[in-house]
Amino acid sequence: MIYEVFRQERKGQAFAHAGSVEAPNEEFAEAYAREQYGRRGESTALWVVPREAVHEIDDFADELQKNYHRVDGYPLKEKLGKARERAEAARAR
Amino acid sequence: MNAQKLLELADDELIVGWRNSEWTGIAPLLEEDVAFSSIAQNEIGHARAWYELAARELGTTADELAFDRRPDEYRCSRLVELRLVPDWAATIARHHLYETADEERIAALKQSDDPEIAGLAAKIDREEAYHRMHAQMWFERLQDEPRFQTALAELRPLLDVRDEHTPELAELWEEMTMVRRSVAGATW
Repeated sequence: MIYEVFRQERKGQAFAHAGSVEAPNEEFAEAYAREQYGRRGESTALWVVPREAVHEIDDFADELQKNYHRVDGYPLKEKLGKARERAEAARAR
Repeated sequence: MNAQKLLELADDELIVGWRNSEWTGIAPLLEEDVAFSSIAQNEIGHARAWYELAARELGTTADELAFDRRPDEYRCSRLVELRLVPDWAATIARHHLYETADEERIAALKQSDDPEIAGLAAKIDREEAYHRMHAQMWFERLQDEPRFQTALAELRPLLDVRDEHTPELAELWEEMTMVRRSVAGATW
């Protein structure tokens, strides 16, 4: 059985994926996770989760390329440039 | 607690640490390799701490106690001397027998009148708690295996034998002290 291990570096911080351990059951998984990811004081807490319990989603429909839904999908630079040009043209008139 | 008793304890920890470390790189699975090597390293660390206490009483150093005595001067139990690689069932049988006996010994030392000994025992016990957890989970997994049961029965009587050593201790001693003996008078 593969168990995924998440670790928290400092109290209050989000847990991040640390790696995985192979173990015959939960008890072994906890012991192994402790040895691999907690023994040197590098973690304040661990989450040990059977891999099957993790649901991976990797299909995201974006048929119409609606990139304005994304924070990085709406570049202002070009639009600002054009607005500046228009403003200058207006001033010149 | 006299220095001889301290030496029993320190020798047990040193030798069991060495024997357990023989699994480094070849344990049944990678995760176990890391876990068991870590236990081995802890045991050697405990040995060092006990040797330091004994060394002060005997007017010598931890290194001299650990490596400069003759094999027949060691006070360790016969149980820890045996080379059990590649028998994992027997290794776990020894591990469980040793940790169970060590738990009792450490519990008694925590009650020592000597605050230094009691303090060190308490510190060591916090690491030993994980060793016991590890030994227990393996015990539960293997307890119905005939090979494991046989190993337990064979090894159990060796626990309290300290006066007579196996030839395997002398072999281990050769290995263990080889580097130290290679350059006479060197301080590392």
